[in-house]
Amino acid sequence: MTVTEEEKIVSMIKFGILSPEEIRKMSVVEVKSTETYDEDGLPVPHSVMDPHLGAIDPGHICPVCGNSIKGCPGHFGHIELALPVINVIFIKYIYDVLRAVCANCGRLKLPQKDIERGLKYYRKLNERHPYLARRFSEYIKKRAIKTTVCPHCGYKQPKLKLTKPITIEEYNEETRSYIRLNPLVIRSRLEKIPNEDVELLGFDPQESRPEWMILTVLPIPPIAIRPSIMIETGIRSEDDLTHKLVDIVRTNERLKEHIVAGAPQIIIDDLWELLQYHVTTYLDNEVPGFPPAKHRSGRPLKTLAQRLKGKEGRFRGNLSGKRVDFSARTVISPDPYISINEVGVSVEVAMKLTVPEKVTEWNIEELRKCVINGPYKWPGANYVVTPDGRRIDLRYVKDRKSLAESLAPGYIVERHIRNGDIALFNRQPSLHRMSIMGHIVKVLPGRTFRLHLAVCPPYNADFDGDEMNLHIPQTEDARAEARELLKVQYHILTPRYGGVIIGGLQDYISGAYLLTVKTTLLTKEDVMELLSSAGVVKELPEPAILSPRELWTGKQIVSLFIPPDFNYHGKASISAGHLKCEDIECFWDSYVVVRTGKLLMGVLDKKSIGAEQQDSFFYFLVKEYGADFAVNFIDSVFRMFIRILEKKGFTLRLDDVAIPEKAKNEIIQMLMESFKKVQEYVDQYVKGVLEVVPGRTAEESLEIKILEILAEARDKAGEIAVGYLDPFNHAFIMARTGARGNVLNLTQMAATLGQMTVRGERIWRGYMGRPLPHFSVNDLGPIARGFIVNSFYSGLSPTEMFMHAAGGREGLVDTAVRTSQSGYMQRRLINALMDLYVEYDYTVRDSSGSIIQFLYGEDGADPAKAPHGKPINVERIVERVIGWKL
Amino acid sequence: MVSKRGSSVSQKILEHELVPKHEVVSLKEGLEVLKKYGIKPDQLPWIKANDPVAKAIGAKPGDIVKVVRKTPWGGEIVVYRYVVP
Repeated sequence: MTVTEEEKIVSMIKFGILSPEEIRKMSVVEVKSTETYDEDGLPVPHSVMDPHLGAIDPGHICPVCGNSIKGCPGHFGHIELALPVINVIFIKYIYDVLRAVCANCGRLKLPQKDIERGLKYYRKLNERHPYLARRFSEYIKKRAIKTTVCPHCGYKQPKLKLTKPITIEEYNEETRSYIRLNPLVIRSRLEKIPNEDVELLGFDPQESRPEWMILTVLPIPPIAIRPSIMIETGIRSEDDLTHKLVDIVRTNERLKEHIVAGAPQIIIDDLWELLQYHVTTYLDNEVPGFPPAKHRSGRPLKTLAQRLKGKEGRFRGNLSGKRVDFSARTVISPDPYISINEVGVSVEVAMKLTVPEKVTEWNIEELRKCVINGPYKWPGANYVVTPDGRRIDLRYVKDRKSLAESLAPGYIVERHIRNGDIALFNRQPSLHRMSIMGHIVKVLPGRTFRLHLAVCPPYNADFDGDEMNLHIPQTEDARAEARELLKVQYHILTPRYGGVIIGGLQDYISGAYLLTVKTTLLTKEDVMELLSSAGVVKELPEPAILSPRELWTGKQIVSLFIPPDFNYHGKASISAGHLKCEDIECFWDSYVVVRTGKLLMGVLDKKSIGAEQQDSFFYFLVKEYGADFAVNFIDSVFRMFIRILEKKGFTLRLDDVAIPEKAKNEIIQMLMESFKKVQEYVDQYVKGVLEVVPGRTAEESLEIKILEILAEARDKAGEIAVGYLDPFNHAFIMARTGARGNVLNLTQMAATLGQMTVRGERIWRGYMGRPLPHFSVNDLGPIARGFIVNSFYSGLSPTEMFMHAAGGREGLVDTAVRTSQSGYMQRRLINALMDLYVEYDYTVRDSSGSIIQFLYGEDGADPAKAPHGKPINVERIVERVIGWKL
Repeated sequence: MVSKRGSSVSQKILEHELVPKHEVVSLKEGLEVLKKYGIKPDQLPWIKANDPVAKAIGAKPGDIVKVVRKTPWGGEIVVYRYVVP
């Protein structure tokens, strides 16, 4: 047998059970020697390392197929088992079939007429609805199992019992006990079943007769499947499978000897059981009921089933998912000075990743330079492929100059990646399509990947040590696809709900606020500095203030970048509390109005430029002026926002959350009043006159009421504290504009932490009637149940600190549980939906072309272009056409 | 609830406001549908012959059922089901 390179098309795959004859037919050697190597270290013939099982050493020629290690596919051998053993994998089916057929005559326990009719029906079903045929044979099996007297020979059926893992016992009328059936008996019963009955039970008698589920011959896999490892000391270490096979051979030979010698039945039975154990663990070492076979070191052996099963098994670990070339992974860090479309790649990485580039007369000079630079100098090249397909590794080329000279059109140079190449950038978990986006490479010094801050939300990335992966597409098609479909700019609008997912965040929002707020007036120098940071040259408008100095407002500067036909109006984030504005008649500058490309009033903040905001200023810009415009806007205007922060200096300090003594007293007074109210409720509860919430017990009603009062108290404390804060206090600016934090966070820092909860209840577990021994038993008061009067500024008392930790722990546990649950949910969803696609006629189909939906989503709308499922925003269109009220 | 097999109850489900309009299509129309989508009958979504609605309109295995559903936006969508045993 030689391996020929004949090409054939696989039209069908059929699974069956290997028959003993088939195993013998494909076997090249019978294994019966318990020794594997002789004194010279040569493999013993007829052992599990027999050379006939395939060439494994380089230079060695296979005695069976005559190929060397490269061409030899490996060959199977076999073991003739002295006595048959059950194949664990099929134990359930063996048990079912045994129950469905007569113990005496081996016929299916149904009337002959039913069998004939059923078979006809079964064959017809199998042609048209195979899924129904399977159900039908299940039904037949169930009916046959129920029958207690054989309709063919009238034999009364004894009861069968399956004792896990692999013992089948039969009830004996005479001894009134269960007697174990040995594999020989089981096999002879299965042999008796006629082919027709087998077929009706759902087997294909040609491919898998039921008696083949009992092993009489065991195939020995080729050595290539279980290679031995050489340790430096020259000691051979065998694969787990080989160990197991040796065990099987050894037991088998011993069993054979004993049978020939006519040993007593007990000894034979013992050995038989041992053989069964070895064969079982060889097939699956995690069968419940069997102690797993162990390595000398105590590690459980990895046998056949373990190689295939689970996340790191052959299917999920090596076939569905593979490790790939042309990829890199390292820590990420921010760089606000690159475009959102770019990724910063370190020089070291750039020298490992390559792109194959065909030599043409237009790029030959450039590629020559790359070749001369070689693999260790960027921008160089790692390989040169000649037109006859030879790969030259530049690491080992002495004279790169002459090789560069010999370059000609038709050569392919695998050159280092350089600025302008496209790369795919990914962060796990890849939960949605924006988790892998196309970025333009920008080679930078340093050792991290650099990305623009605005692309953090789609990747859900931060810089506390996150790592990301980079892949370099290798074909022209892949690169074109990445450039035209995957680039970041095409993912500013998320297909989840059609809103912007890439936009301003954190400092960008603070900066936008500071630039556009009324008090910001800029001199000509300031304006020029800002514009240069945006990288543009523009003619300045007339200054807002002419005398005594020419001063511009921040709104004027932002307006320079808004298209002249753009109109927008909407609320700002700061529109809350006493700065609330509902309409254009707004004194507080918290209603944004853009007319004909001029920002007339309102400050830009999270509601206007933030990521994940609906119907915002930035959203309409993206939607109406396109992705290219949006990229430009982010790369210029957003940079300006950062610059103004740098100019002014923006930070947060302890003083920002300090409140005057007067405010403190006010808060304490207010809290005391609330505590009094709580005490009143507690007193009412103790007396039993508390008003009960419908459907709740008195205890629950009390808890609800107390939580209500205390939450209200915390909010009031927050209001008091915030009222005393300077509106241009940096912490407060961040909370108001939505850049970071919220009023609750400020309250907790400045005024009071409020009630701590675990599972939505006040903290009460711990000791009997009290969470901590510092309190009296059955104290229902706020302090004893986790209300924290102090703020982070004033500091927590020891008991308060404990309560806070209890509440904080719950949050941590919740996140841990949620991530694992959502991960598994994601896996199930992907398995269900992975090969659905939208056909050109807008139907949704699966891989077989069957229709799942007649119109995508039953409305044909692309959610990325139809915000929240609504294909058009009528209000916006009307406004654009007739203009908003003047 | 007392229900009688094949009687008015099975007809009544067709009158419920949440049950969209189902009808068995003619052979000719059925072939047109298959041609329109370029598929074999078993590539359509399936409906079991013992589905209450299928029984109510008297659909038999091998038939194609046309379902006209209202969409939340006021439109109508026509979908087809292949009746299987």
